[in-house]
Amino acid sequence: MTDVKDKPDGVGFGRVTRKEDARFVRGKGNYVDDIVLPGMLYGAVLRSPYAHAKIISIDTSEAEKHPKVKAVITGALLETLNLAWIPSLSHDVIAVLATDKVRYQGQEVAFVVAEDRYSARDALELIEVDYEVLPAVVDAKRALEPDAAIIRDDIENKKDNYIFDWGSGDEQATEAVFKKADVIVEQDMLYPRVHPAPMETCGSVADMDPISGKLTIYCTTQAPHAHRTLYALVAGLPEHKLRVYSPDIGGGFGNKVGIYPGYVLSVVGSIVTKRPVKWVEDRSENLMSTSFARDYHMKGKIAATKEGKILGLRVDVLADHGAFNNTAQPTKFPAGFFHVFSGSYDMEAAYCAVKGVYTNKAPGGVAYACSFRVTEAVYAVERMVDRLALELDMDPAELRMKNLLRPEQFPYTSPTGWEYDSGEYPRALRLAMDIAGYEDLRKEQAEKRANGELMGIGLSFFTETVGAGPKKHMDILGLGMADGCEVRVHPTGKAVVRLSVQTQGQGHETTFAQIVSEVTGIPTADIEVVHGDTDNTPFGLGTYGSRSTPVSGAAAAVASKRIVEKARLIASAMLECAPEDLEWNLGRWQVKGDPSAGKTIAEIALAAHASLELPDGIEGHLDASCVYDPPNLTFPFGAYICVVDVDRGTGKVKVRRFIAVDDCGPRINPMIVEGQVHGGLADGVGMALMESIAFDEDGNCLGGSFMDYLLPTSLECPSWETGETVTPSPHHPLGLKGVGESATVGSPPAVVNAVLDALKPFGVKHADMPLTPAQVWRAMQGRPMRTDLAIK
Amino acid sequence: MQVPAPFDYKRASTLAEAIALLRECGPDSRVIAGGHSLLPMMKLRLARPEVLIDINHLSELDYIKVDGNTLKIGAMVRHVTLQKSHLAAEYYPIFAEAEEQIADPLVRNRGTVGGSLCQADPAEDLSAVFSALKADILIAGSYGTRKLPISEFHTGPYTTALNPDEILTEIDVPLRSNTGSAYEKVERRVGDWAIAAVGTMVRVDDGLISEAGIGLTAVRADHFRAKEAEDSLLGRSPSTEAIAEAASLAARHCNPFADQRGPEDYKRHLVEELAKRALSRALNRSLPEVH
Repeated sequence: MTDVKDKPDGVGFGRVTRKEDARFVRGKGNYVDDIVLPGMLYGAVLRSPYAHAKIISIDTSEAEKHPKVKAVITGALLETLNLAWIPSLSHDVIAVLATDKVRYQGQEVAFVVAEDRYSARDALELIEVDYEVLPAVVDAKRALEPDAAIIRDDIENKKDNYIFDWGSGDEQATEAVFKKADVIVEQDMLYPRVHPAPMETCGSVADMDPISGKLTIYCTTQAPHAHRTLYALVAGLPEHKLRVYSPDIGGGFGNKVGIYPGYVLSVVGSIVTKRPVKWVEDRSENLMSTSFARDYHMKGKIAATKEGKILGLRVDVLADHGAFNNTAQPTKFPAGFFHVFSGSYDMEAAYCAVKGVYTNKAPGGVAYACSFRVTEAVYAVERMVDRLALELDMDPAELRMKNLLRPEQFPYTSPTGWEYDSGEYPRALRLAMDIAGYEDLRKEQAEKRANGELMGIGLSFFTETVGAGPKKHMDILGLGMADGCEVRVHPTGKAVVRLSVQTQGQGHETTFAQIVSEVTGIPTADIEVVHGDTDNTPFGLGTYGSRSTPVSGAAAAVASKRIVEKARLIASAMLECAPEDLEWNLGRWQVKGDPSAGKTIAEIALAAHASLELPDGIEGHLDASCVYDPPNLTFPFGAYICVVDVDRGTGKVKVRRFIAVDDCGPRINPMIVEGQVHGGLADGVGMALMESIAFDEDGNCLGGSFMDYLLPTSLECPSWETGETVTPSPHHPLGLKGVGESATVGSPPAVVNAVLDALKPFGVKHADMPLTPAQVWRAMQGRPMRTDLAIK
Repeated sequence: MQVPAPFDYKRASTLAEAIALLRECGPDSRVIAGGHSLLPMMKLRLARPEVLIDINHLSELDYIKVDGNTLKIGAMVRHVTLQKSHLAAEYYPIFAEAEEQIADPLVRNRGTVGGSLCQADPAEDLSAVFSALKADILIAGSYGTRKLPISEFHTGPYTTALNPDEILTEIDVPLRSNTGSAYEKVERRVGDWAIAAVGTMVRVDDGLISEAGIGLTAVRADHFRAKEAEDSLLGRSPSTEAIAEAASLAARHCNPFADQRGPEDYKRHLVEELAKRALSRALNRSLPEVH
């Protein structure tokens, strides 16, 4: 890679302004709800008020009489189309519209299509549904009790709420290290249900052209190609007559990976009415019915010597998957990548066991910037390390430093079989401690404690696991997780790059142009990025799990390198010399020893389209493509330190400082990386301190609006202090690792560890998120609450 | 998109016109001022008025002034105006302290003082503030005007003593010498409703507490008021013990219930803690300034 200093302005990596912001800051973005088609109708979904109830009858006659209603769709109609149930992303099914029972509050029961969205909503109130309410299964810990109501009686012979058992690692070896350990610490902890809550809710506009038979679906999707193929497989729609178009997306965070009933209903509505149908959910619908995240009840057990050498770790998980197992993750991994839970530490053995259960709650499971449950894994190990530090009365930074993987151990094979590509962990932790002034902070804390003031310092060290993934290991519903990229250089030297991934705010239009620019020397401003439209982009699985840069970014880099190589052959014809006699000087092939003789990429592009006689085997034009099957995942990492002050009278937590050192390999655009880190840190503060979707005993969702589901504001966030180290990935063509979810993964344990460190004088060992003032005060009293149930 | 049920809309340009419209449109009509409570409830279809009577153009109700020995606050004063009013702050710092913790700037720019009191949300802040200040509420209706002490205005959660054809027009706060006031609130996040909040007003004459007001919100105190705690302070010299005793009484005589903001024991603790803090600060402020 060329050093930034050597490059002309506007070429390659560096801190350049985002191309997309020109329209966003002017309010000229084009989101799904901005799409208006001639004759378009509007859909609205009738949802279940109950968490668990039998549907006795549905009477739609009054709604159908509404003068502006064009269609009322129920599960009975969908059954005739074989669309009442569709496959989930995890070997299960989900109901598009309930036919037999409703299984969570907010589940879809009927769909009204009307001339305007007001009439559609009014007509919902005219539908009469007769329910027989059933007992709800709310507490995951009681879902398998013999007297628990059976949620999934649609599955033949189903007599319980059990979904799966899955484990990873060597259980016997782990038990063996526990036998020889001086110290064993156990801790129960909950990573509560949280929601991605993107600013834009989910929605779609379906437009079935009855003449051509072509169906266009404008949709809030992070994975347009995967959606198109699934529509083809599920509904039997011909794939060449399907176009999924994902315009500007107002945040995804995993919420927009899956296919929701509303999307399918807009399609059915368009088929039935022969007019375009728009469906956009409201905020409460988004929070109550779309993919949640986490909901992992974890029992951690860590073993160490009395000197603080970690020997082994075991985590047993009870996973609450809601009413349908619709977790979005690679097929072979029912707990995502949770089994990377040994984290950043050198240990002899590790084992995890995960049990999935059904409850009467909304389905989903992986969404929310979690890298396929690395979030839960990092939380588990980072809490356990802090618990161990407490038990050993050792400084948590010292304990981490003692156990972090050393640079010479890479590539490192973890006890559960992951091969970490590269890392210099102690350097990152030391840097974070230096920025924080760690030793001084500990001194200040000691003084404060002597005065009865509660100050806490929390650390976390995370290893991310992103860029899913190698086709030999990973697929989603049989689709391999490779991504395509096409680069075409126009005759005048400008270029277009077509991607299979879809931005939701990450800045792909800038960073992918920078990748192509970095390799070809074409200025970033001269490269147009096309994405989100299945008619105009190559196939690939989309953007989630921080996979765009590691997978699609690699595809863009390889395709760009192919352009440069092809350019070399064309340049050799232009300069009448052998290709071996040319050397690449970013953006220009020149004769070795005679730099004045050379051709720029723009000159070569024009020649490639002109009458120049090309060498044998070289076709005209200057374009290239790549389908990139990553050889391994990438493993970004980071060291985070959080400083909090806790009001001992009220339990209120103030995050005073947050230091984040991230290593994601080289940074394509440092400004965008920092923006992603800032957002993820705010996410982490939110999850640690306030975000909560609890359920009462009847299964009512207690986090169904932004009055109840609290997102952090700037006032809860300190001025972030960021730092970086750079450890390139050895297998990515540009050494890049991806960063999208690092801060969301890494920050919650740092905040929680800080609060619990502040509460140390009270003998508090653990309290579950969110650490609201009430939870903190209760922890001080030795009575922390369960945060997945209604507070009593 | 959340959309309200169908409704009709009328705009009043004078108080008299607003009252006439209320009488004409009947009990299913609602007055709309800032709309920051009513509109969300309508969008969720929890409120379904048939007619909205818009009083945003009633500038005659938008004032903060001193008349004799009374601070008069018009019902259409926006939260932000009260928050930044030097006049109000000069007599009672509790106004600025409470207002800057109410909702967020967008709500404060539109929401009104009168609307907040009429919404009668059990976690509303100004109800506790005016209760601490022992304010009077002025009401105008078809049959003339009347005046109620704040302690008789709220009749329960979301209900007030207003008749369907009446409008709250003004809040009167008596001016007092040697008096301090303060507001303490804990919320889960900025802009959230209070988990609990305490407003205090204390007057000290000749070294003894001669008048005390303690308003509570979000903890189901009768009329947003801690009467037993107020009474316990009268005639006593300001002391840590007196404050602690009053705070403890305030905590004992409210009826908080558990919700996602916190369990009952925490809320009760919070009332005691915040009452101590707000009483101490009010007492400090009651002392003549040292120059």
